[in-house]
Amino acid sequence: MILPWLILIPFIGGLLCWQAERLGNVVPRWIALLTMTLLFVLGLWLWSTADFSLAPAPGTAPQWAAEFQVPWIARFGISFHLALDGLSILMIVLTGLLGVLSVLCSWNEIDKRIGFFHLNLMWILGGVVGVFLAIDLFLFFFFWEMMLVPMYFLIALWGHSGSPGKSRITAATKFFIFTQASGLVMLVAIIALVLIHYNQTGILTFAYADLLNTQLSATAEYLLMLGFFIAFAVKFPVVPVHSWLPDAHAQAPTAGSVDLAGILLKTAAYGLMRFALPFFPDASAEFAPIAMWLGVFAIIYGALLSFAQTDIKRLVAYSSVSHMGFVLIAIYSGNQIALQGAVVQMMAHGLSAAALFILCGQLYERLHTRDFREMGGLWKRMPWLPALSLFFAAAALGLPGTGNFVGEFLILVGSFQVAPWVTVIAATGLVFGSVYSLIMIHRAHFGPAQSDTPIEGLKPRELGMILTLAALLILLGVYPQPVLDTSHASMQGVQQWMSAALNQLASAR
Amino acid sequence: MEPLAVEITSTHFMAMLPLLITAITTIVVMLAIALRRNHALTFILTVIGLNAALISVIPALGVTPIEVTPLMVIDRFACYYVALVLISTLACATLMHAYLGDHRNPKVGYPGNREEMYLLLLLACLGGQVLVSAQHLAGLFIGLELLSVPTYGMVAYAFFNRHSLEAGIKYMVLSAAGSAFLLFGMALLYADAGTMSFSGLGVSLATMGENLLVQAGITMMLIGLAFKLSLVPFHLWTPDVYQGAPAPVAAFLASASKVAVFAVLLRLYEISPATDGGWMNGVLTVIAVASILIGNLLALMQSNLKRLLGYSSIAHFGYLLVALVASEGLAVEAIGVYLLTYTITSLGAFGVVTLMSTPFQERDADGLYQYRGLFWRRPYLTAVLTVMMLSLAGIPLTAGFIGKFYVLAAGVEAQKWLLVGSVVVGSAIGLFYYLRVMVTLFLVEPNLQRQDAPSNWGARAGGVMLLAITALAFVLGVYPQPLLALVQGSVLG
Repeated sequence: MILPWLILIPFIGGLLCWQAERLGNVVPRWIALLTMTLLFVLGLWLWSTADFSLAPAPGTAPQWAAEFQVPWIARFGISFHLALDGLSILMIVLTGLLGVLSVLCSWNEIDKRIGFFHLNLMWILGGVVGVFLAIDLFLFFFFWEMMLVPMYFLIALWGHSGSPGKSRITAATKFFIFTQASGLVMLVAIIALVLIHYNQTGILTFAYADLLNTQLSATAEYLLMLGFFIAFAVKFPVVPVHSWLPDAHAQAPTAGSVDLAGILLKTAAYGLMRFALPFFPDASAEFAPIAMWLGVFAIIYGALLSFAQTDIKRLVAYSSVSHMGFVLIAIYSGNQIALQGAVVQMMAHGLSAAALFILCGQLYERLHTRDFREMGGLWKRMPWLPALSLFFAAAALGLPGTGNFVGEFLILVGSFQVAPWVTVIAATGLVFGSVYSLIMIHRAHFGPAQSDTPIEGLKPRELGMILTLAALLILLGVYPQPVLDTSHASMQGVQQWMSAALNQLASAR
Repeated sequence: MEPLAVEITSTHFMAMLPLLITAITTIVVMLAIALRRNHALTFILTVIGLNAALISVIPALGVTPIEVTPLMVIDRFACYYVALVLISTLACATLMHAYLGDHRNPKVGYPGNREEMYLLLLLACLGGQVLVSAQHLAGLFIGLELLSVPTYGMVAYAFFNRHSLEAGIKYMVLSAAGSAFLLFGMALLYADAGTMSFSGLGVSLATMGENLLVQAGITMMLIGLAFKLSLVPFHLWTPDVYQGAPAPVAAFLASASKVAVFAVLLRLYEISPATDGGWMNGVLTVIAVASILIGNLLALMQSNLKRLLGYSSIAHFGYLLVALVASEGLAVEAIGVYLLTYTITSLGAFGVVTLMSTPFQERDADGLYQYRGLFWRRPYLTAVLTVMMLSLAGIPLTAGFIGKFYVLAAGVEAQKWLLVGSVVVGSAIGLFYYLRVMVTLFLVEPNLQRQDAPSNWGARAGGVMLLAITALAFVLGVYPQPLLALVQGSVLG
């Protein structure tokens, strides 16, 4: 019974925030904070109590750590079906944590229409939790599309007014159209899958467990896999379809960037692991080399473009493209170690990107610019923030001792056995990573100062957020075992699907 | 040819109750106007009549399916669409009442005679009901003209306004041309088949095959109907008429009028297998793709909300054609669901325009700039328009998503990949202008006093109707099962 509450809490909390605006500006913030804390605590409680050795795997009916089902649209065999396994709980805990942080980081930044802002923020997070829990395909798509609307409002109404020709509304619209259009392609693929299943069995259903047993011809499987892949690739983002991401990040308010980088991108990786690979293992195995090379390309291209940016948020945005490239390689490698690494990388990137965006936001609140050319010499002018930026930049380049190192290392070790060349080239991404991370620090915090006036230091709230993230990132770096244990069963399932198909493909050649 | 032995029993009367009640209401309203001109009284009589007609659909359902004269058949399909036409007429009537002005203060609002509008509305509604029950080309034509002719009057009702008059005349001329095409097509079909009933046509064409006469006839009929549905390339009148017509009339044009015409097109298409041939599907596919793309592209840069909605309705009927071409399995159901969701949505959207233009002034509030920052002045009205825009764009949590889902499902089921592809592309293009409207509502306004809805809009009949429609659009988006069950029961038997 607890699963629907994970979704309902943010939605109800959002409505309360909206209505509480008439009680003053502070009430909505506290309601939002309480809501997110409740979500986070519930997530932690589930993590500590549920049995995550249960996860879907090929051959048998999927098993779940927790499940909830009520009929919804009987005409199409659609039910409100939620389920939890190790992968989803990790993502939900991350969502809860970043939810708390995104409320905190907007505490001073957002000063108008506060109730409506928090309504949108809460509903994004509710939609994301829905995506991580839904195992009815219709329901999954429902949440997938639904979270776009509040995100659109967040960027369009509270975003930064950017440079000419790149307004926040343009960025928000671009984000919406990219994701929605690719989502419709996935909807077509979902319907086609359901109808093929219907023609075989006479049962019209959108249920995950039933659709796993669909027999597909090779062509159909490949096309449907592409339909899913396109939707996930846009959200991922994979390079040819990534162009919405830097724009959206640059214009979004800090909370929007934190959610976008921290969790919205993860929904795509989650979707690939939960749906695309298990439904279409053979086609995915055939497609794997292409996907992995796309990942390599994203790593290098993201890193190069990141290096060339003058806008600090765009720099971090492109670095996300680069980091998610590692996840893409890991997913299609079909190797247990790499897949586990992907999960750690997703968590670590969620934490480090969120921290970097929060730091960017704090800089922006003080300097009112995101442009490197107007920064420089900040190290002398303010305490704490430059040093912490250096820490997270180091984390982003994969310094040992941080979660990012564990993630990238596991991914590279695991993938090397499967695709050595891909791995070798992807590993150069780490070098590029150091280049753009350090240049960011260098340009912003070192060099000649624009003026000598000291800048206001970090408030306890701001410092607390960043230090928490730093502590968690180090914890994940030195003791990732709990995360690995939790995701083990889920990743083993994915690995079995994928490696069976890969072996079959290898023997056929 | 068998002799036409028309026998009318009480069962037939039962089946015809909605039509009869609407007709009686029309006469009562006419007499009431003759006796005493009173806006409020006329409105109340109209609403009572329409509600009674709506309720009488329930007893009519009990005797379906039944042939009432060779011209009409009342089956579950007809009942569903009769109800849909009645509901949208009812919604338009409440909007008109708000729009034309307060009866207590004749200086504010529409300056001329207000009461005849309801008369025209009732007549058009009757035409719509005949149309959806037609099973004979003569019935089709009677219904279509009964629907169209009063609409000319409604569009030009504000005749002292240049735009309204222009729209009325334009609509009349083009619509008459469309009717002429339709009639000629019917004549050609009759010349070939010797019968005018839908099923007779179907049988005759199935046995005798097609020839040039039939093809010409079907094509001309299609042109006539495409005019009424404003499908590309017969769409040119739509934006002008939508812009010129008073807002509640535009709501009627977009909802009841189009629903009725599409329903009869569907019946014709399903019953006469003549239309099942390859070339016909080809033509309809081209029209559908063109309507979707051109409708959406032309809407992109519109700064006039009524024109924008006009173009978007072209695109939406393109989506509906996708389901019509798919024409198997889910298709009929998909059309039923889509028409309902589209009706709700366009009533809502035009409803907001109407209330913003209330009471009647020289010019409707249709410029997009007039909606800038509406959220900070009329938050709930903005919520209504936001839901409607999301619903038109087909975003989850709104009824429009269920409609779009159905259309895609019908297209995929029939494996019409070109059409499915154009729905996807069309929706992506459409998002751009729906979002543009939506975000305009929330932008902070410069300090300018503008035309706004009356501050107590929510307490009036039109406002209550609008809020109810919004709730419906939301509920259907979240829990559509009751509607789906209803539509599933009213497919063509």
